Amino acid sequence: MKYIDEFQDPELARRLLDDIRATVTRPWALMEVCGGQTHSIIRHGLDQLLPDEIELIHGPGCPVCVTPLEVIDKALEIASRPEVIFCSFGDMLRVPGTGRDLFQVRGEGGDVRVVYSPLDALRIAQRNPDRQVVFFGIGFETTAPPNAMTVHQARKLGVENFSMLVSHVRVPPAIEAIMSSPSCRVQGFLAAGHVCSVMGVGEYPELAERFRVPIVVTGFEPLDILEGVRRAVRQLERGEHTVDNAYARAVRPEGNQAARAMLEDVFEVTDRAWRGIGVIPDSGWRLAPKYRDHDAEHRFQVGGIRTVEPAECRSGEVLQGLLKPHECEAFGTLCTPRTPLGATMVSSEGACAAYYLYRRLDVPAVKAREASPVV
Amino acid sequence: MSDTTELPATLDIEGWTCPAPVRDRPRVVMGHGGGGALSAELVEQIFAPAYGGEVLAQMGDAAVLALGGARLAFSTDSYVVRPLFFPGGSIGDLAVNGTVNDLAMRGARAAYLSCGFILEEGVELDVVSRVARALGAAARTAGVEVATGDTKVVEAGHGDGVFVNTAGIGLVPAGVDLRPQRVVPGDVVIVSGAIGVHGVAIMSVREGLEFGVEIESDCAALGGLVDAMLAVTPDLHVLRDPTRGGLAAALNEIAAASGTGVVVRERAVPVPSAVANACAILGLDPMYIANEGKLVAFVPREHADAVLEAMRAHPLGTDSVIIGEAVEDHPGMVVARTGLGGTRVVDLPIGEQLPRIC
Repeated sequence: MKYIDEFQDPELARRLLDDIRATVTRPWALMEVCGGQTHSIIRHGLDQLLPDEIELIHGPGCPVCVTPLEVIDKALEIASRPEVIFCSFGDMLRVPGTGRDLFQVRGEGGDVRVVYSPLDALRIAQRNPDRQVVFFGIGFETTAPPNAMTVHQARKLGVENFSMLVSHVRVPPAIEAIMSSPSCRVQGFLAAGHVCSVMGVGEYPELAERFRVPIVVTGFEPLDILEGVRRAVRQLERGEHTVDNAYARAVRPEGNQAARAMLEDVFEVTDRAWRGIGVIPDSGWRLAPKYRDHDAEHRFQVGGIRTVEPAECRSGEVLQGLLKPHECEAFGTLCTPRTPLGATMVSSEGACAAYYLYRRLDVPAVKAREASPVV
Repeated sequence: MSDTTELPATLDIEGWTCPAPVRDRPRVVMGHGGGGALSAELVEQIFAPAYGGEVLAQMGDAAVLALGGARLAFSTDSYVVRPLFFPGGSIGDLAVNGTVNDLAMRGARAAYLSCGFILEEGVELDVVSRVARALGAAARTAGVEVATGDTKVVEAGHGDGVFVNTAGIGLVPAGVDLRPQRVVPGDVVIVSGAIGVHGVAIMSVREGLEFGVEIESDCAALGGLVDAMLAVTPDLHVLRDPTRGGLAAALNEIAAASGTGVVVRERAVPVPSAVANACAILGLDPMYIANEGKLVAFVPREHADAVLEAMRAHPLGTDSVIIGEAVEDHPGMVVARTGLGGTRVVDLPIGEQLPRIC
């Protein structure tokens, strides 16, 4: 797998680390926006290898983690109906709603299916004209275009039994919310490369200028991340704050124009609640009025579901960098992937899951994990 | 949702939280059969307390029983794979090789198998015949005889075509004692070849995914390979075939049962590029993907080179490689040294791995 191995080369990594060490003169706090980057950092041990002056703060960019509880509950309600085939990406199935998850709905007889593409769900709808097929459309700017295209296709092909439960979120308003907070410690951003490959970098210069933070568009392999850190630190040391594209092999400044056009046709910008964070203005997409027939929320009349989050879990603080996962008292004790308190412990991109999976060794309080029998 | 929500003038991120209730699981979910923590929970909390018994407490791939002066290995397994036929094998091959391998992991050469078929009403007899022929051929290849069997039919909609259960017995040679409790710090960890192949092969046909190249299952009976290893030294400490839950689950089970730590050099773990590609696309970790024709061995350091050489001389072990060692540090845990020099915990999977959203 040459094109990935090249971006995990230990010798090139050592050179980048040497360069970062030679550049840094004082502490800097950088936020990686995307949960995929968080996992790459922890999985490859990059945070252990970087000089102590550089603190990586894990941002809110996990689509599973930030999907609001009330949307999960709407999904559970729709998926429980006998006439419905509920389709979702795999990692949403374990996310807890109020009292249960989609796996449990399936265990209770619900027809919940894992798909690898929203188009698979559309095909299921075509093959099952007497059933209602619903796709759970969540995620950032990365998953939004194919989801938009699927709704567009459903309309074009006249697949009336297909609808989508939409809860998409947008990255730039989240960055703005984080930087506007009085408790913010972030001094630079590693922006999510795949988001920018769709949207381009046009949304970022104004943010970089207004908040005087460097924003470096960064990929997901270890060398990508080290290069992103290197460029961000170089800017910070020089007192600069520009948008820099360190992921040019995938990101064009203008993004993917066809994908953006599809988004504009099918979705409209809306205020959106982020799980654990609250409502961020203009931070989401919903289906545009002309596609309302394919809006599952409308079709199944679940708009009235309201939920209240209990107050034990602190993953909202984790999501915006105020708390490291292992600094939470529940981490590894009350809250484990088997008994999660919050979505950040469930999602494959969640910061708490990353720390639990890969870093328990460094956290003495949770080292003595429960003994598992051999099967 | 936000039409009716009043927006705050400024966001107070001091108050951000993301709680969700602790869950109880009153019903079986797929993860209970995934070979990970949920499977272990089921055995620990329901089956073992209900059955009791000293032999069951061995909790190995097969039980070793003292009977009439001999030591017998005894094992059973059920096969519910979909589709029934896949690149590199079928449910018939799996039903033989899986049980033969469970016995081989205790050092026993399988002698006799039982075979139970649960058929769904409406399945074509031609399909049943193909499965049976594949099963018979696999048994002959493995040098084991199907000695008894059973057939049940369930109503249409109550099964998935064909389910197969096999149980097997074999003799454990004198001087062979393979179990995780014998693992000691310093033992060398050897894996018999490329990992993740079977799981990705199944995924490619079951989910209709195309990864550019066809990946064939590594399904095979490992009795001969184990014989070759035992011929070098009967003093192997433990063998495990990393099926459900993959290499990660096998190593975790050994670490937990032996009370030693395990360190794996990540770059030494053999992952074929096709498997790595497929896993990268789906967001899965090859360490957790099922295998059906590989074994992992903990071998005393002084025998490691000779055992490795014998494995490489066997057709099913040509790509055998040392991937790590047992250590005194972090007892019960498996840790990977990453290619870049960091470390990370390799955990027991919770249930099944799930493809991620992006």
